[in-house]
Amino acid sequence: MFWEADRECMNREELEQLQFERLQSTLNRIYSHVPFYRKKFDSLGILPEDIGSLADFSRLPFTAKEDLRESYPYGFFAVPLREVVRIHASSGTTGASTVVGYTRNDVRIWSNLTARILTMGGVTKDDVVQIAFGYGLFTGGFGLHYGAERIGASVIPASSGHTLRQIKIMMDFKTTALISTPSYATLVAETIREQGIPLAALSLKYGLFGAEPWSERTRREIQENLGIIATDNYGLSEIIGPGVSGECREQNGLHINEDHFLVEVVDPETLRPMPEGETGELVITSLTKEAFPMIRYRTRDLTSLLPGHCPCGRTLRRMARVRGRTDDMLIIKGVNVFPSQIESILFEIEGTEPHYQIVIDRKGGVDEVTVHVEVGETIFFDQMRRQRDMMEHIRKRLAQELGINIEVKLVERKTLARSEGKSQRVVDRRTL
Amino acid sequence: MLRIKNLEAGYGPLKVLRKVSLHIDPGEIVTVIGANGAGKTTLLKTVSGLLASRGGEILFEKKAIRKVPAERIVSLGCSLVPEGRQLFAPMTVRENLILGACVQYRRRRHEEVTEDMERVFGLFPRLKEREAQLAGTLSGGEQQMLAIGRALLSRPRMLLLDEPSMGLAPRMVREIFTHIVHLRKEFGLTILLVEQNARGALAIADRGYVLETGRMVLQGPSEELLSNKNVQRAYLGWSSEESA
Repeated sequence: MFWEADRECMNREELEQLQFERLQSTLNRIYSHVPFYRKKFDSLGILPEDIGSLADFSRLPFTAKEDLRESYPYGFFAVPLREVVRIHASSGTTGASTVVGYTRNDVRIWSNLTARILTMGGVTKDDVVQIAFGYGLFTGGFGLHYGAERIGASVIPASSGHTLRQIKIMMDFKTTALISTPSYATLVAETIREQGIPLAALSLKYGLFGAEPWSERTRREIQENLGIIATDNYGLSEIIGPGVSGECREQNGLHINEDHFLVEVVDPETLRPMPEGETGELVITSLTKEAFPMIRYRTRDLTSLLPGHCPCGRTLRRMARVRGRTDDMLIIKGVNVFPSQIESILFEIEGTEPHYQIVIDRKGGVDEVTVHVEVGETIFFDQMRRQRDMMEHIRKRLAQELGINIEVKLVERKTLARSEGKSQRVVDRRTL
Repeated sequence: MLRIKNLEAGYGPLKVLRKVSLHIDPGEIVTVIGANGAGKTTLLKTVSGLLASRGGEILFEKKAIRKVPAERIVSLGCSLVPEGRQLFAPMTVRENLILGACVQYRRRRHEEVTEDMERVFGLFPRLKEREAQLAGTLSGGEQQMLAIGRALLSRPRMLLLDEPSMGLAPRMVREIFTHIVHLRKEFGLTILLVEQNARGALAIADRGYVLETGRMVLQGPSEELLSNKNVQRAYLGWSSEESA
């Protein structure tokens, strides 16, 4: 099922012409309307017309989160405020918030792009879609809401939180598709189990989850516990919100809406392009945004571009699910460690729950890291030996993978704090 | 059908087109809108080979035509309906049409010319009525029809139209635009339409490009351009307050 088959299955040559045309007009507009870019281009001695191909594109400057902060609130807008019909702000998970704007056309394109993502995940006009993302400055709720409406589905703007009420709505309104963060879906699944609600009482078929990294194992668990097909989708407010990329039912990576976004994956240190298939920082350029165009925006998200074709028929390139953030990168005992590396090790070990927390302390000038992992009751109440073996096993695997020693603590199910939004996976108590 | 990348053109020291890129898929009506002097006519002259370009790439049905002479481009299937019609005033309607068929004669397809002439008269019955009249005595609208008819006699697959609505009465403008939509349906033509009448052009086009001082600044489906405030202000003559 496609929402815009002519776009999603375009031949590459045509796509590249379209991307190039759109890049050219974006450059012409930002050069005359966004002082930041005009200054930056002038200082580099570049004119928009110097970019003669998609390959020249690497001569353009990057845009960093800090640049946006310095231009708070409206410095990056490429149209006067009276042409802006919507303002959102980034959640500011990792710092001050960033303000983004949309013209009427931007909202229209946004709806179309999230409609594509929802269609990829299975949603049709016959579905009842419950959106459990926050509605507000955060782009998640509204973005997917418009897409679902565009498709013609029946949309329930449930917003986030009130899990018991969400579940009651889900049962009573016969929700067929749940839209939320993966960690919230996990919480919903747990609550349903605790309440003793049988899966038969739910009508759920699909789940589209995004806004935070999650693992293949979490997907399997959500799919089993909710009886749904769960797909991943990706976006960020600086670029448009949800609608940048999403998985189709093949569940083998996220198709990027390349006719609207140009993507690169670069080494976060050297900023050189990474070879296909290798993990680096995702960099995105918007090709059609009117109010808030972005040139080579460093997302700080870690992913890779996947080789090969998808059996679904879409020609849009795929990216791997986001593995974490470059600024989640922890430097422990001088070694670069991504929480996602620890997560994938934990998740391959039998008996652990999808909840963990990494606690970092500094004692006597030495970093001490402890990973708290939830484990199932059977293990917890079993013999001490099995617990010890498991801890030892995890410790060894972590040391093997990361090259540093990390303490492991097993905790009972549901001891670590659950979140309704983004999970707090890392507690860094070091005072430097 | 037509693919242009980084096209550069100008007159003497004057740079008019600064790396213009655009594409048209078969069967599309695409419009390029822009103010006077933006480079619209230069764009069509360059594509049709009347003006030598200075750089870039033009592919017509995957064939590079940037350095191909104008008459050859016509015989490849791409015909221009020039700005201001450019008819031969002291010649009759019929004679003007026959001049358009010279590629067909060169192809030794005389019998098709008679057939095509009938199709053009079918499309524009008024030309039939005035078949023997001198082109210079026709009204503006009739002259535009004749200019289009003349281009059709080369049996093109693509038509480049330069400001067909220019200088016409509003009723005639509507009629010409209706004919253009017809041309796609009846003759299976792909159409590149350059216009100052942005509203009329966007109403019939599938997609549009906005050209400003030789640079493309916007492109997209017509309905998107129609709701773009900049386009509204600059080309549709609306103030942003009344446009909601």
